[in-house]
This record gives sequence, C-alpha cells and structure tokens, in this order.
Amino acid sequence: MDLKQLYQDIILEHGKSPRNKGKCKGYNHEAKGYNPLCGDKVHLYLKLDNNKKIESLSFEGEGCAISLASVSIMTELIKGKFFDEAKAIMNAFLNMIKNNLEIKSNHLDDDEKTKLMSLSGVKQFPMRVKCATLSWHTLISALDQKKDEVNTEEIN
Amino acid sequence: MDINKIKSQFPIFARKINGKPLVYLDSSNSSQKPLSVINRLNDFYKNEFSNIGRSIHSLAVNATNKFDETRVSVKNFINAKFKEEIIFTKNATEAINLISTTFGQQYIKEGDEIIITELEHHSNYVPWHFLRESKKAIIKFAPINEDGDILIDELKKLITSKTKIIAITHLSNVTGTIVPVKEIVEIAHKKKIPVLVDGCQSVPHINVDVSDLDCDFYAFSGHKAYGPTGVGVLYAKKKWLEKLPPFIGGGAMISEVKKDKITYASFPEKYEAGTMPTAEVITFNESIKFIKSIGMNNLIEHEKKITNYALEEFKKINSVKIIGNPKNKAGVIAFTIKGIHPHDIATILDEDGVAIRAGHHCCQIFHEKMNLTATARASIGIYNTKEDIDILCRGIENCIKIFNLK
Repeated sequence: MDLKQLYQDIILEHGKSPRNKGKCKGYNHEAKGYNPLCGDKVHLYLKLDNNKKIESLSFEGEGCAISLASVSIMTELIKGKFFDEAKAIMNAFLNMIKNNLEIKSNHLDDDEKTKLMSLSGVKQFPMRVKCATLSWHTLISALDQKKDEVNTEEIN
Repeated sequence: MDINKIKSQFPIFARKINGKPLVYLDSSNSSQKPLSVINRLNDFYKNEFSNIGRSIHSLAVNATNKFDETRVSVKNFINAKFKEEIIFTKNATEAINLISTTFGQQYIKEGDEIIITELEHHSNYVPWHFLRESKKAIIKFAPINEDGDILIDELKKLITSKTKIIAITHLSNVTGTIVPVKEIVEIAHKKKIPVLVDGCQSVPHINVDVSDLDCDFYAFSGHKAYGPTGVGVLYAKKKWLEKLPPFIGGGAMISEVKKDKITYASFPEKYEAGTMPTAEVITFNESIKFIKSIGMNNLIEHEKKITNYALEEFKKINSVKIIGNPKNKAGVIAFTIKGIHPHDIATILDEDGVAIRAGHHCCQIFHEKMNLTATARASIGIYNTKEDIDILCRGIENCIKIFNLK
C-alpha cells in the first residue's frame, strides 16, 4: 500500500478547495448520498438542458479528502457532458476503482483522464473505496431522478 | 507492574501491520485477547466440548459445571448478590434489548417516558426507540455539556410521574466520561424508577460493584474485557427477573410444554433459550482470571498513567483538538485535527501500524450535539505503553505533514 498514491497533490488540493460547492442556479435534478459508516453526506444539484446536456453540476456536503476530491473532480469532468457521456464516464470510473481497468473514454481528453486516474490509488485501500464512489453513485441517482437517498451500504 | 510482561501475553503483538509493530488503540471497540483466553477456547473445543444442560454424560456435566463457574465468577466480579441474577446473552446489545423488550412489554404504555442521555451508544438508544414506535412511548434525552458531562440537574427535571425507566451509560465510548451512576440511581430510586446501566466500557476499565451502585440492570460484553466475542452479560435484580416475561422462546427456557400450555423455567435459564455460546462463556472465565491476575486497581492506575500521558502529548500538537473534557475521564480519547477528516487520519495511521477508530462510534446524537460528523478515537487497554502514544503522536504529525497544514 502506498499513501503517496492515495494522497496525491491533486487529491489533497481538491480536498482542501473543492470546486462547484453550493447549489447551482436553476438546477432541475438533485440527489442525496449517505455513507452510514462515517456519517458523510453529499447532496448533488444538476441542471440538465433540453438536449440532455449537463449545463451545471454542484454539490453540498462534508467528507474526507478522498470523497471531497472525488466529488470535486466529478463535477468538473461531468459539467458540459451529455447524459449518455456522463454515464459512460461514470462506468469507466467505477471500472477503474473496482476492476482495475484503465480509463478508456472517448469523452475525456488526456488531462481529464489524468485527473480521474488520480483517484485510482484508492483501490489499495478497500475501506476507502466507498469514500471515492459515493458521489458517483449519487450522480446516477440524480440523472435517473431516483427518489431514495443513495446509501453506500446498499450498493452492490 | 511490568507492562511488557503483560503485553507479551497477547500473541497478536508479535505480528506486524504494514511492516510495523502493531500499536492497538481500539480497545473501546474490542480488546485483544491474552494467550490464556485463546488457549482456553481451543482447549475446550479440543478436549472438553459438549453442550450444556440436559445430557447426562460426563462431558455434558463438565461443560455445565464450567458454564456455571463463569456465572459465579461474573457474579463475584461485579459483586452481584445471586448468581441467578447473571444472564448470558450474545452481546451487551442483546442484553439491553432483553430488558427494553420484556420491561417494555410489561410496563410501558402509550405516553410513558424513558430517559436516556446524549452520551449513549446507539445500542442504548435504538432498543428504546423500538418502544417509541411500538408503544408510542416518549424518549427524553438528558443533556450533556461541552465537556461531555451529563447535566444531572437537567436530568432531574426530565423526571415526571410518567417516567418508567432511566437508561444510562457508565462510561462514554467517545469522551471517556465516567458517569456518576450511583448518584443517578439514588435520584431515580427516590421516585421508584428503575435504572439500566450500559457497562460495556466500564467493566474492563473501572471498578464495578452493582450492589453498591444499586442499579436495577447492568449490561456489558465479554469481548471488550479481554474475552471472546459472542458473550454478553445482563445483570438484573432478582425482583425484576421474578416479574418480567421471557424474551426469546425455545429450548432450555421452558419448564413444561403441552399442546395448550407452556410453563417457563426459572431465571437465569428462562432468559437463555437455545444453545448458548457455550465455549465462549466458559472461556470468559479465563478473561476474568486474567484481569484479576493483574488486579483491577493496578489496571486502572496503568491506564490512567497512559491516558494522562496521551492527553499531555496531544496538547503539544497544535492542530489536535480533544473532544470533551469530563470531570472524571477514562482511557477513551476522541479527537479531531483541523483540516483532516478522521477517516484520512485512520488510513494514514494504519500505515504506521496504529489502529484507531474513526467515525461517529455509534454515537450520532453526541456528534450532532457537538456539531461534528465524525471524530478519530484512540482508546487505551492494559497492553498500551507510552511508546504506543509516542508512535501515535508521530503518526498524527505525519498526517499534518501529508496534508501540508504546517
């Protein structure tokens, strides 16, 4: 296990100053996520336009460096993407974390891929995987307009 | 007292965690086990195994006797009057549920009030919540102050003619507050209200005398007291056990079973339905022997020394904040580091072989009161040394370095 891989500068920086915090203007989708193990919560706000493009994405919530960096990076990468692209990116992210697969998305440029891959260090810390994935599962819930709060203990 | 000699009785400290010697500071969660306890469990399965109770054969007689010996040891250890007042459960949570269920069934009606405190572990809140749901009972929370002390005068004010039971912890698993249980029992008994005490954290770390406390119910677990998992203890005054209905139904708890009628065994068997954690209960006797071999007062003195040392060392690290400052504190230290989430602290410390806990420690009411989501917690056991605290503090400094907070 390697702490340096987990706590890369980019993670620490996003954790300290997360982007897109607060309620975005004119949001029309939202979802909540909860990790009962630590009590961390995330609330996503998302504005989807008529062409199914995510115009804005923001969050409220508190958490550890990993979960804050994850949600912060997610909001940056997903903003401006279309609904289907967002889902593809999410699958690529979860595959990276859970199945150790490389990020091969056509919807991300190299810089964006590097950003996303900075979260891959979490693979070596099984207890922390949920910190990284909570906001992504919550994003799905927001896109699909599910009513129930996402709970990390109830995700397969 | 030679702590290294005591520590050497715990085989787990021979192993490395992430290449480092194990520094175990999670005893409030569960304690490590001395070799005598591990051997006893192994030996029972190898040479003595039998279920207890009905069988006539020699192995069954031996196991039944040994099971009873633990009951007597527990009775003596907490100074109960009768061994029948000691009931084995699977854990302290089940012990509390046993009382909330049977007492609730018998005595709680709609609108009746139950007083607990803001310090309680979820296991001394959720079972009472069930009565709030099923019986429309009311739960009142005795408040605590910033130090983590229960405000006794405020608790007094909560008592009304509808108060049916008071349930309190003896020792907080977050702040280490040692609660003046005896004083609360006196207050409650003046109004003829019974008191249940959650003694999970207290039994392995402070002197517990249920006769002196005069509490009605006292629950604790074996695994936090250097014993195996699967053993919980409920002490209940005889006068209550004579009145309360049974809890779980099945074999061993009955007297006679007919198609139209069932009569129950007397206590404690009435509350020990089905096959019990036989091997674990028998093994738990060895845990009590272990504690007695050290001597409770020696144990308390040692843990106090390490706790005070930890508190002093923590004060030297600027960004560390200790949560709570109770009048009477045991070896449980919850803390936060400004700018670092407790989960990140726990992950970084783990790399150094330091086991602490991070989260809400099953005390969300407390954390909400203190405006916190989570804290990190170091908790002391008999095997901890000043060196452990030094390694912890170096680990905390490493957290601060990684997060570049200096």
